[in-house]
Amino acid sequence: MGVAVRVEGLTKSFGAHTVWADVTLTLPAGEISVLLGPSGTGKSVFLKTLVGLLRPDRGAIWINDEDLPSLPERRLYEVRKLFGVLFQDGALFGSMNIYDNVAFPLREHTRLSEREIRQLVREKLEMVGLLGAENKLPGQISGGMRKRAGLARALVLDPQIILFDEPDSGLDPVRTAYLNQLIIDLNQQTDATFLIVTHDINTARTVPDNIGLLYHGHLAMFGPREMLLSSTEPVVRQFLNAQRIGPIGMAEEKDATELEAESQSGVRLPPLPPIPYQLQPSNGQYRRAERPPGQWCYEHGVTPPPGSFAAEVPA
Amino acid sequence: MTGNPVAAGLRQSGNLFAFFIDVVKAVPRRPFQIRELIQQAWFISSVSILPAALVSIPFGAVIALQLGSLVRQLGAQSFTGAASVLAVVREAGPIVTALVIAGAGGSAICADLGARKIREELDAMQVLGIDPIQRLVVPRVIAGMLVSVLLNGLVSVVGVAGGYLFNVVMQGGTPGAYVASFQALGQVPDLVAGEIKALVFGAVAALVAAYKGMNAGGGPKGVGDAVNQSVVITFMLLFALNFVITAIYFQVVPQKGG
Repeated sequence: MGVAVRVEGLTKSFGAHTVWADVTLTLPAGEISVLLGPSGTGKSVFLKTLVGLLRPDRGAIWINDEDLPSLPERRLYEVRKLFGVLFQDGALFGSMNIYDNVAFPLREHTRLSEREIRQLVREKLEMVGLLGAENKLPGQISGGMRKRAGLARALVLDPQIILFDEPDSGLDPVRTAYLNQLIIDLNQQTDATFLIVTHDINTARTVPDNIGLLYHGHLAMFGPREMLLSSTEPVVRQFLNAQRIGPIGMAEEKDATELEAESQSGVRLPPLPPIPYQLQPSNGQYRRAERPPGQWCYEHGVTPPPGSFAAEVPA
Repeated sequence: MTGNPVAAGLRQSGNLFAFFIDVVKAVPRRPFQIRELIQQAWFISSVSILPAALVSIPFGAVIALQLGSLVRQLGAQSFTGAASVLAVVREAGPIVTALVIAGAGGSAICADLGARKIREELDAMQVLGIDPIQRLVVPRVIAGMLVSVLLNGLVSVVGVAGGYLFNVVMQGGTPGAYVASFQALGQVPDLVAGEIKALVFGAVAALVAAYKGMNAGGGPKGVGDAVNQSVVITFMLLFALNFVITAIYFQVVPQKGG
């Protein structure tokens, strides 16, 4: 079972530039959360802060009653073993082949025999569909394969919390769809806590149980998927539906005059699109964190946009 | 960062020193990376032996050349060997070693760690619960020190041999006088001091290179900048350190013929 991550009042700045301030959210144990945001809002910085690679200016990150930023370095290295992180380009060790890359954490942290290691590595490589590429070097394989190999390495110590830094960047739509399915299946099998940092709308709409939106130096909203997809809050609505009309401009945010001109010109946001079904595990079995479609809307008296949860079979 | 260059310089020095402390603290931590140490020592020696030898031959020859005519006028030809040993073992050896270690070994260490940094390999390593300082930097610094000490021996031998060849073959000096005068000015503590210098220089070169590499940023150009800065900073530090160590040495060890 995964571990919840409770973030309280987290603030990070580089010099005089505040990346984000007072971010408070809880990644529920065993659920998939997505953190969205326009480019340059510090999503990757947030992810690196979560694993203690960057130290926040203020705030706490609670994992099993331990506050990550205030831990001594030794203990930090211990707590980090709970995490698996998929970095943007896989971050494989360039001097090792795929097999050694995936075996690396096992050789460093366990006393398993080479035979047991071989078995575990093969299992993880099979999971991400890389059997047969064990002897290739990271430089010899495609970006998508590097990502999957990075994922296999992140999974090999059976982490309780798995973080994905833009798993879909640089991948074609088909590979992205496969990877998204893999994420859902992994969550079903491991019940770990997932956080995906991305700006791919399709991923955000169909994969997670929860969505958060970072915008203009703060967390605009965090909550169940249906809550954000049915939200009429301007920023959330603009971003989740990829519209030009709204507070987000080409360069960070629009100023007051631009917004006024926009509202006076009479353009209206198009109606909210229907909420799609969430992606299901490929074996058709139940996923523990899964909730019935429309449940949140029903419980909170929100009418989902027309056409939501229509009978179309989810891809 | 503030725009004040003095503050920025001080901050850099402070960070470098903090990094140095981190490395020292990581040295006794188990498991010691013996494999990485051997690989790195082999790598650094493979890139530095040839340049070091090639630089030290003309160095010995230049000293013989500089001294040749003057010494002949004074009728002290038999002391060429003494001067040569003094110059090569005390000064040229450690300095040539330092330049080669910083230029060949240090730049390679910096480029390697810088590339790992921007590919997020170092972050990945930390997330996998492994301290890159203990795993990567400590073996490199120890390898740098080890190779530097050995290289200093090589440079001394090759430099003196170069001076010998030049003096005997080109300037018509007598082989016996050259060799016999070795002991006239030089002494064993000179060699010890030279090796200590080499040890310190090797450590500084590897430390600065590792520090700069691990703090590279801003893509491939950042790595190039880091390598450039690491070589320049190392050179400046080494010459300053060389002066300080030499000054201390003269205070501590009584000199012959003084």
